[in-house]
Amino acid sequence: MTAEMIDLRWETVCLVDRLLPERGAAALLAAGGEPVQVALFRLADGTIHAVGNVDPFSGAAVLSRGIVGDRGGVPIVASPVFKQAFSLVTGQCLDDPAVQVPVYPVRVADGWLQVGLP
Amino acid sequence: MKELVVVGNGMVGHRLVQAMRDRDTAGTWRITVLGEETRPAYDRVALSSYVDGKTAEDLTLPEVADPLVRLHLGDAAVALDRDARVVRTASGRELPYDALVLATGSVPFVPPVPGRDLPGCFVYRTLDDLDAIMAAAERAVSAARPGRRSAVVVGGGLLGLEAARALRLLGLSPQVVEIAPRLMPVQVDEGGGALLRRLVESEDLQVRCGVSVTGIGEDRGRLIASLSDGIELDADVVVFSAGIRPADGLARAAGLPVGERGGVLVNTACRTPDPHVWAVGEVAALEGRTYGLVAPGYAMAEVVADRLLGGEATMTPAELDMSTQLKMLGVDVASFGDALGRTPGALEVVVNDPVAGTYAKLVVSDDAKTLLGGVLVGDASKYATLRPLVGSPLPADPVAMIAPGGVELGADALPDSAQICSCNAVTKGALREAICGGAHDVPALKACTRAGTSCGSCVPLLKTLLAQEGVEVSKALCEHFAVSRAELFEIIAGTGIRTFSELIAQHGTGRGCDICKPAVASILASLGSGHVLSAEQAALQDTNDHFLANLQRNGTYSVVPRIPGGEITPEGLIVIGEVARDFGLYTKITGGQRIDLFGARVEQLPAIWRRLVDAGFESGHAYGKALRTVKSCVGTTWCRYGQQDSVGLAVALELRYRGLRAPHKIKSGVSGCARECAEARSKDFGVIATETGWNLYVGGNGGFTPRHAELIASDVDTDTLITLIDRFLMFYIRTADRLQRTASWIEAMDGGLDHLRAVIVDDSLGICSDLEAAMEKHVEGYADEWRGVLEDPEKLERFVSFVNAPETPDPTISFVTERGQPVPVTLGLPGVRA
Repeated sequence: MTAEMIDLRWETVCLVDRLLPERGAAALLAAGGEPVQVALFRLADGTIHAVGNVDPFSGAAVLSRGIVGDRGGVPIVASPVFKQAFSLVTGQCLDDPAVQVPVYPVRVADGWLQVGLP
Repeated sequence: MKELVVVGNGMVGHRLVQAMRDRDTAGTWRITVLGEETRPAYDRVALSSYVDGKTAEDLTLPEVADPLVRLHLGDAAVALDRDARVVRTASGRELPYDALVLATGSVPFVPPVPGRDLPGCFVYRTLDDLDAIMAAAERAVSAARPGRRSAVVVGGGLLGLEAARALRLLGLSPQVVEIAPRLMPVQVDEGGGALLRRLVESEDLQVRCGVSVTGIGEDRGRLIASLSDGIELDADVVVFSAGIRPADGLARAAGLPVGERGGVLVNTACRTPDPHVWAVGEVAALEGRTYGLVAPGYAMAEVVADRLLGGEATMTPAELDMSTQLKMLGVDVASFGDALGRTPGALEVVVNDPVAGTYAKLVVSDDAKTLLGGVLVGDASKYATLRPLVGSPLPADPVAMIAPGGVELGADALPDSAQICSCNAVTKGALREAICGGAHDVPALKACTRAGTSCGSCVPLLKTLLAQEGVEVSKALCEHFAVSRAELFEIIAGTGIRTFSELIAQHGTGRGCDICKPAVASILASLGSGHVLSAEQAALQDTNDHFLANLQRNGTYSVVPRIPGGEITPEGLIVIGEVARDFGLYTKITGGQRIDLFGARVEQLPAIWRRLVDAGFESGHAYGKALRTVKSCVGTTWCRYGQQDSVGLAVALELRYRGLRAPHKIKSGVSGCARECAEARSKDFGVIATETGWNLYVGGNGGFTPRHAELIASDVDTDTLITLIDRFLMFYIRTADRLQRTASWIEAMDGGLDHLRAVIVDDSLGICSDLEAAMEKHVEGYADEWRGVLEDPEKLERFVSFVNAPETPDPTISFVTERGQPVPVTLGLPGVRA
């Protein structure tokens, strides 16, 4: 719960049920006056993850459209452009240690999905 | 720079040039090649496949493109001035040389019988010879005259039997006349020859041994061959294949010594007494003996290349591999090493099974410890493992090695010195080294050692070697499934499991990934499991199948309506144009005869498709690993040359197979005549009209390594054609690996195209009715996927840009105008090196 200690702003995105299991969706949010795209994933075990939507290899805002799965037990999303895998937990690219995408905290309140932004 | 002139552009001359360019990295030699034929060098060993539908282009050897190599085709050397060191050619060229290599090969021997020059008499040596034979056979077959069309082949050796097979394929009934008491007298012993004759005759080929042709006459437009036993055979075509003679005229005229039976005399370095002149291949008499096979010629070419670059390579007749293998009319024949037991004291072990139709003989040393050679007739499957053992200690009892159900020898029985590929002289040791060096599959081994690139008979052994060296060619689909795609297909089809979660719980581990999920989605689609976006299936689809459109580089999608056969009405064109204009899309006419609309954002897709579906268009499946297009020319409807209605067939095929999911995308084409305007032979399956029906070609395309499709059935009617394509596609869908194109699928198959033909044409596995039923189910179950989305609010809900702002366009997408159309602004690539 260290995340809550920091000064986070929780933005309500949609009802959790709106997310298909094992599939992603994109959300358009704002942080510091700039638009931020977040890719949200609801996995089969019920957990929800949020990472940056922009694929660092292609520059396209498409990570939410990748296939989710696991690599060696780590939940991942594979970019739909050039197929690199990103950890949904840390945002680390598993195919290139120099690359990662941002990770955002999520929580559910009254069935509503909220994303924590700085 | 030194000048090398190579006289002769056959397989051996070509190999010499290749070997020189591979080794002469410093560029010390400039090479000039003189070829008598006007064609570039081609694979003469595979000459007979020309009548099976291989083209001259297929047989052409890889070009040695190099500024240091000059090739003069259609210009034979006519004189050699050894004092001045100059070669003169037919066209008057004068080429000075520092070294000259004679690679002129041989000419067919035609016995000096009266009438041998009559029209209708041919030799069997070059592609031009085959063109002439094919034209004569065609004239004979189409002549309005009762009775069988027949041919006489003079000579029952390897080439004679191949010629007979070719003539039979051309529609003639061949009779083979052999002066020796048995067929293939050079390679096969008496016992093997007797069985060979029986097997050949059971394939409707008549054989007369122990007689010669005494003359050829003419009678009412046909030829009459008179035999030494008084019999007269009438024929439309006579082919002489009674042996070869070295083409040593140039050397003789220049005063170079020749062997007793012809051939330029050379020493173990392949050098003539003139230190500037060398000879290789069939024109060379190595220590007095000539060799009529390509493997010894290749070995000589390597020796000369080594010598010209200062090496010390030599070769002795004992090192030459005289093995041959022939598969004709379904009869296997192989002979290797000292097949006729000429080594003093040699012992012979024979297993002769006339009931099964097999004959096998091993020749072993007088102490029964070393293998010297052998003959296999009827079943040559052990050739690949026995041949490399020649000269090595016997790994097992010789009887057990050739007895049915006896010892099965693997590659482990072979010593490192054993030649696995005799065509290119590649040893087991060299292959093991290559494997250790990282060549971990058959294509890699072929590329770095040349093994398996000529006749291909050693390819199965290459696979075994890879396995033995511990290279597990894993069939596992990914870390979540230990089975191959084909096995997974069987599991899903057999168990009735239709959800990914159940499948991975019972047959896999973990939660899946972007490799296994789309593979399972494709299998489920092939088994007719409803709309690709229904229920759990939706989560398995990659982005293209999930949005039923093709993801492009900036995150937008392209939209491709189906235009079957490329045929479209003006109204259809107008609708597509209006949609593109109204949504600001970039349009392009594709190579597959469709119109692609680019630059659509996710949230625009339903509105675009609403317009297209209302106008009668349906999904073109450009996004899926599925049937894409069936390209066509205009066919008989408009074309002056068309032989069949190619557009009608292309439309029918595209509609029949639309929506068919497969391991890789599938493309097809139909050409209305042999002019091939639809380029059907570069497709996964292609159809070319003939005068009387359709020719079907399969396995073209090949992706990174382009391939022509190969003929699998000819002159079939439309119903038969469609049945064969049904079977081909279903068999491919069931057994290919993930992302394996039809070309590599056929290449990886044991037995290749012949096996595929046996399965889908002759139904050798008895599965054709299943395959047809599966295709029937697909055809009946087809429904347009986009219509399915537009009619289902739940599915439509997924086509939004943002879950919290469904209609807001992605702010990162922007376009500029280029040549009057919108194109994506190249995106910056944050955080990634250029």
